[in-house]
Amino acid sequence: MSILIDEKTPILVQGITGDKGSFHTKEMIDYGSNVVAGVTPGKGGKTHHGVPVFNTVREAVRETGAQASITFVAPAFCADAIMEAADSGVRLICSITDGIPAQDMMRVKRYFLRFPKDRRPMMVGPNCAGIISPGKAMLGIMPGHIYKQGSVGLISRSGTLGYEAASQLKALGLGISTSVGIGGDPINGSSFLDHLVLFDKDPETKAVLIIGEIGGPQEAEASAWIKENFSKPVIGFVAGLTAPKGRRMGHAGAIISATGDSAAEKTEIMKSYGLTVAPSPAEFGSTVAKVLQSA
Amino acid sequence: MDVHEYQAKEILASHGVDIPPGTVAFSPDQAVYAATELGGSHWVVKAQIHAGARGKAGGVKLCRTYHEVQQAARDLLGKRLVTGQTGPEGKPVQRVYVEVADPFERELYLGYVLDRKLERVRVIASKHGGMEIEEIAKNTPDELLQVIVEPAVGLQQFQARELAFQLGLNLKQVSRAVKTIMGAYRAFRDNDATMLEINPLVVTKDDKVLALDAKMSFDDNALFRRRNIVDMNDPSQSDPREAQASEHSLNYIGLDGEIGCIVNGAGLAMATMDMIKHAGGNPANFLDVGGGASPERVATAFRLVLSDRRVKVVLVNIFAGINRCDWVAQGVVDAVRAEKIEGVPLVVRLAGTNVEAGKKIITESGIPIIQADTLAEAAEKAVAAFKGAK
Repeated sequence: MSILIDEKTPILVQGITGDKGSFHTKEMIDYGSNVVAGVTPGKGGKTHHGVPVFNTVREAVRETGAQASITFVAPAFCADAIMEAADSGVRLICSITDGIPAQDMMRVKRYFLRFPKDRRPMMVGPNCAGIISPGKAMLGIMPGHIYKQGSVGLISRSGTLGYEAASQLKALGLGISTSVGIGGDPINGSSFLDHLVLFDKDPETKAVLIIGEIGGPQEAEASAWIKENFSKPVIGFVAGLTAPKGRRMGHAGAIISATGDSAAEKTEIMKSYGLTVAPSPAEFGSTVAKVLQSA
Repeated sequence: MDVHEYQAKEILASHGVDIPPGTVAFSPDQAVYAATELGGSHWVVKAQIHAGARGKAGGVKLCRTYHEVQQAARDLLGKRLVTGQTGPEGKPVQRVYVEVADPFERELYLGYVLDRKLERVRVIASKHGGMEIEEIAKNTPDELLQVIVEPAVGLQQFQARELAFQLGLNLKQVSRAVKTIMGAYRAFRDNDATMLEINPLVVTKDDKVLALDAKMSFDDNALFRRRNIVDMNDPSQSDPREAQASEHSLNYIGLDGEIGCIVNGAGLAMATMDMIKHAGGNPANFLDVGGGASPERVATAFRLVLSDRRVKVVLVNIFAGINRCDWVAQGVVDAVRAEKIEGVPLVVRLAGTNVEAGKKIITESGIPIIQADTLAEAAEKAVAAFKGAK
């Protein structure tokens, strides 16, 4: 098993005929992903990489039964594309797009609330590398060959730091059940917590590695939840110990988070909730290996 | 992106927020002219920089005569003002704001911020303006008044009214405060702001509610649709290297170490800096060349990093996903040749797609590049090279 996607998941690519969309569609197909449809308004009726292209997501879903979508849509139009996918019944929306305005994401998240909980889409990203269930399917832009299939769940805000972790694990012979890049934007479609819930239920996943960054409340929230609810070992890391404190004009932002935003503070929070923290970003692999051995 | 106080006030005023009469000036003579035009008997001359805490640093001067206005402007213009928020190098003062200084009775606080946890705009108000809001939050958190804006419908009148009554205002003041709170919200929403702070918001003897100071920051991702905000950009307020980097869509932040870093991806860039520190060195900068590190971008990155005289070693760490190691390697080789990088040891770590082809290009280039396979090795070799170069 894996979470979110496997080799059967029917995938739809929004922005399939653009440069990036086209390139990564081919990569995903080559990896084994079940890409069933593409959407580019105005290009309906054509085929691209052997995949039928539609004008609207609704049409694509109706004709192909697509359940997951990936957006390669320019930032100015991406919120619209995400809401279109949600409204057409797509259950998993992965947004690679970097540069979506925060207020647009606020609107998107609010829009999702119109769906009852059991029909609400799961969104991954924006500004992320996507999702990969190694050996099965890829819904993203990562280099598939650095991921080995296995039993470690990986959730990372940063794309390339996620690659780093995956390759360290592979070098030690450790594989990944599913890797999720949740993205580096202030407002994410989903958080560490959303995916931890899924990993908890996935029998294949034996341990989870979560890689955070400075800023935002996500890591602390996830850590607290892990202590109370999560049954498997979790290894954590927060990048940015040497990052300078953000220069800001006013003070309003400083008071909204009850807990610290810095890497050092978040690392302490992780430790206090019983996570094993990797001592450096070069020790993701070795730390996971140690935890798995003692489990 | 940040703007100056006078620009924030312009935006607020255009959304119905009352402000004291004021004018921006670029010279002492202009400042005097502004004061004569504005009228009144007292003026404040305020240094316009992209940082707060100006008052304590001497950046805000109360003047009673035109002569004092001129002197204040002369004292401030052309200087670098160092405040608690600027860092030791300060910010250059190239404009002052001349504002009529009328007495006021009360100082309040009004702030708007994008709350990442709630994914909504949070409005914060306090009876105690003029001081730092962190102090209020720390000492008397119960006195912080807050409302959360429902994004589908925006801030509602009743929410603004509740805040106004809780601030202890009289009826006349309440209606003006409601107009201010609603107007400032529209200014925030309609310009894609991420932060708006009016501190203090003052109440005068004749029941006026005025924004005496204002700060606004805007979402860089939304600037494509906010030309009016882009036009307000003042490049003198940012580090020249950071400004140059953003022109090339590179994300650069200067630090004070000796090992220059060129990395793809913000998370990996931070991790590389952490790793350098772990290995006993100090990073000179944060630099994210982005997912598609094209040869041109790599060359620009080298120029930026090497423009920092403190840099003694350059560490390139690229984990190729979208891009390919052979492209990046070619970019590095071309940049080293074009920029004539000599005397600065160069450590390159490539990983990911086409890594073997990339390494081959570097080896065959004949350039003395130190190669590393892992993150740890790269950091250790960079620190060793720095110690050797010293």
